[in-house]
Order: sequence, then C-alpha cells, then structure tokens
Amino acid sequence: MSEERLYLYPLWLRIWHWINALMFLVLIATGLSLQYAGPESTFIRFDYAVQYHNIAGIILTISFVFFVLANRFTSNRKFYRIKYKGFVKRLMKQFRYYIYGVFIHEPKPYPVSEKRKFNPLQKLSYVMVMYLMMPVIIITGFGLLFPETNIENVFGVAGIYLTDLLHIVTGFVLSVFMIVHIYFCTFGKTVGSEFKSMFTGWH
Amino acid sequence: MITKKTRAFLLLAAMMTTFISAWSQDEAEEERVYDFAEENHQCFKCHGHKTFYYFNENMDQQIRERMNPYYIIDTVEYYSSNHWNFSCFDCHSYDYSDFPHPNELRMEPKPGCLDCHGGDDYEDLSWEKIDEEFQKSVHSTKHSADFKCSMCHDPHTYKVNARTNENIKETIQYDNGICLSCHADINKYQLIVDFVNPNVLETHQWLPNQALHWQSVRCIECHVEMNEDMLIAHNVQPKEKAVRKCVECHSENSLLLASLYKYQVKERRNELGFFNAAIMNNSYIIGANRNYYLNMISLILFGMVVLGIGIHATIRIIKK
Repeated sequence: MSEERLYLYPLWLRIWHWINALMFLVLIATGLSLQYAGPESTFIRFDYAVQYHNIAGIILTISFVFFVLANRFTSNRKFYRIKYKGFVKRLMKQFRYYIYGVFIHEPKPYPVSEKRKFNPLQKLSYVMVMYLMMPVIIITGFGLLFPETNIENVFGVAGIYLTDLLHIVTGFVLSVFMIVHIYFCTFGKTVGSEFKSMFTGWH
Repeated sequence: MITKKTRAFLLLAAMMTTFISAWSQDEAEEERVYDFAEENHQCFKCHGHKTFYYFNENMDQQIRERMNPYYIIDTVEYYSSNHWNFSCFDCHSYDYSDFPHPNELRMEPKPGCLDCHGGDDYEDLSWEKIDEEFQKSVHSTKHSADFKCSMCHDPHTYKVNARTNENIKETIQYDNGICLSCHADINKYQLIVDFVNPNVLETHQWLPNQALHWQSVRCIECHVEMNEDMLIAHNVQPKEKAVRKCVECHSENSLLLASLYKYQVKERRNELGFFNAAIMNNSYIIGANRNYYLNMISLILFGMVVLGIGIHATIRIIKK
C-alpha cells in the first residue's frame, strides 16, 4: 500500500460516535414503536418503549453536548468549517462523482487527507445534522419529556402537538440520514474499511 | 394640537368600540328570564348565606345563627346550572316555606332524578339507559339504594359540560371534580361506606406523568365500561377492571375517541388528513396523533431512498 495511513479518528471521537450510533438505533426502534402503537401492532411494549426512548434521549443529549464541547476545544473543529466561496461548485463536483464518476472509477475529487476529513457533501450534511437537526430533535424531545413547558395553544392547535410534529419529522430525516450515512461508508478502499477505521482510528 | 379630522376619527373609533363591546356582550350573555327568582329568594335569603337570622318569639329577640354548611346553596352556581329555572319547591315540599321547618319534613323521601327525567330522551342521552348502566356499576352493586344520582350530580349545581363547553380541559376538570368530591373527601365518602378512602395519588402511582394524565383525561375514561349507544357511559367498573394498558388510548383507534372526544368526533370528522383531528386541537397523545399525508410522504421518501441506494449499489457492483 502506497498511501500513507492517517490517524483521523481520536479515541474520544470513536467512543462518542458509537454511543451516538447505538442511541440512534434505540431511539429509532422505540420511536417507531410509539408512533405506530396499537393493541396488536406494538413492536416494543408501550411503557418499556417510553422508558427506553427517554433514557436513550438523555444519553444522546449528554453525548451531543460532549461532542460540541470536544469539537470546540480540539483541532477536530477545522473539519466542520465551510468555506462559502465556490462551495456550491464543490458540492456539484462531489455530487457528479457519486452519480457518475464512481461508476467509471474516476479518482475521488476530494480524497481524505490530514487537512480534509470530509468531502463537501459530507461536510454539509454533518454540519446540518450536528448543528441544526440534533438541537431541534433534542429541544423538542425535552419538550415532550416535560409537556408542561409547551405553549398550550397555538392558533387553535395544541402546542405540544406542533412540538411532536417537529420531533417526528426531524427524527425521520435523521433516520434517513443514518441509512445514507451507512451506505456512503462503503465507499472506502474496501466495502468494510471505513467501518474498520471507526474502530481503530486509522484511515 | 388635535385637528378636526383627528377628533372626528377618535369619536368614530370610540363609537365603534362601544358598539362592538355592547354587541359582543349581548352575544355572550344569553337573555334569561328567571321565573322563580323571587320565590326562590325566600329560601336563598337563609340558604344562600353562611349565617341567617330569625325572630325568636319566646326570647322576644332576633337571633343570628350559622347555617349548616351542607345546606348552603351557591346562588350563582344554582342560576347557571341546568336547573336554573326551577323553583325550590319543584323538588322540595312547599311546607318548607314555613319557618321553623316542620321536623317531619326531614323524614320525607327526596325525589330521584328519574321522577322527572324518566322517559326523557335527548339525542343519545336516555335517562333509562343511564339508569340501566348505573345499576350494573359498582356504585350501585356495592352500595344499593344508598347511592343516588345526586351524589355525583348535585342538582343545585350540575351543568352539562361535554356538549356545551368548547374547552375540553374545563370539561375534564369539571367531570373529575365530581369523582374527587367523594374519592378525595373522606366526609362525603363515608356517607355510604365505613372504610377509609384509598388515597388516589398512591393508587395511581404507577401512571406515568400522573398530573398530566389527570389534566388531560377524565377518571371515567379508564374506570367506566364504554357503551356505544351512550354519550356518557355510567357503568363504573371495579378497580381490577380499570384500563391499565397504555395502548388502549395511545393508538390510532384510541379509546378516547369513544369517550372523552366522542361528542367532538361526532360533530367534526377528520380535518386535513389527521386521523384523530378531534384530539389534536386539545391535546397530544403519543400513538394517537397521526397524519395520513405525513405517513404517506414518509413511506414514499423512505422507499425512494432505499430504492436509490439499491440501484446505486447494483450499478457499482456491475461496474466493479
């Protein structure tokens, strides 16, 4: 192998990542079970699902706060900075690679390096997920955990219902993100190499 | 300086405000003629107050006494209750107009609700059906004839809520107040039983978000057997049969649609594709608030993502 091995994922990041992943799975499974609860169709018993969902939500919140702080105070933050000039152009280039280039074995337009862990599409999606959607799902989640904090009535509709709507829509988008994220992790040197990196830290 | 134009505008605005406020007051307050107000006043001048006085001929002086608190009638509540246009003597003997009240009157049987309401039918509210259901309930089977309608529905204050009040939360509070008037008050509770009233806070300890549940649903939602033919079922079940499964309410076919929201559901069926629109405007129930269109959109989007990944992966494998 001619390529230099890079230590891209420090231990704190890997621990955070896998806790986050596990909590995502628990929250999706219990969340779906609650949303489609019924006497016959319940996948996880309702009261258990509520408990697991609450606990996993709190762990996810702690892990999110940890991520934000760690990202703020370590050099990892540089990977999340978006340079706006020419960003759309770079996004399109990466998009073209995914829908065409990858099939004809073109070289990756933005290969991983010490200075660049994410390609433009990855960077945009991670920033959106971590700094927009995660706060939304956490805040709305706490709104549902403490229902008395919601506005009682918003234009004739229960305020808590709107909180829930935002929670489940964001939850759905995050679930789709997770599936796409897992698929794009098969784009490494081998199908499993990226997964392995997230355990060893070495790219 | 106020110009003529401004003055005219202010005058017009003041006139409009007066007109609007007078109009809305007219709208809000139903014109009521109280046919028996004068007659009832003879009773309320004592029974509407905490103290009353009378002239004691033996002592030749005016005596002031305290009224028995259980015999005080809140006149404001009385005149806004369902029986607002009743004379006291419609239910109580006319001999009560004498003072001191003749002793033997206390021994006379009091009229029951069905003495007047028997045979009445209003929408799907039939008093005979209510009575049949009540006879099956623990309130009747455990306490026989001691348990009267009036123990829950005080004829001096009772007013129909579910059909007239747009605010579900107020209906819930009112209806739960009826249950708690006995189940949280040992003095009233022990009128018909000798044992100590179980503490409802403790017996419902298992219920998550207890306070929120009690603000959002009525006791009868879990403790009364539903009856499709009746707006308000009256067959109160023994505690062992109370609903304890979360999914009975937390599901698309929520039990609440057949009870708490029965009237609303009848009045306005689904709006904007929400399966349980009636619930949505007042509360939020996990598992019961679902939107048909959002469900469809999410399924389609999810299908497209999976299909897209499948196609992409297949081409990658072929072109390997």
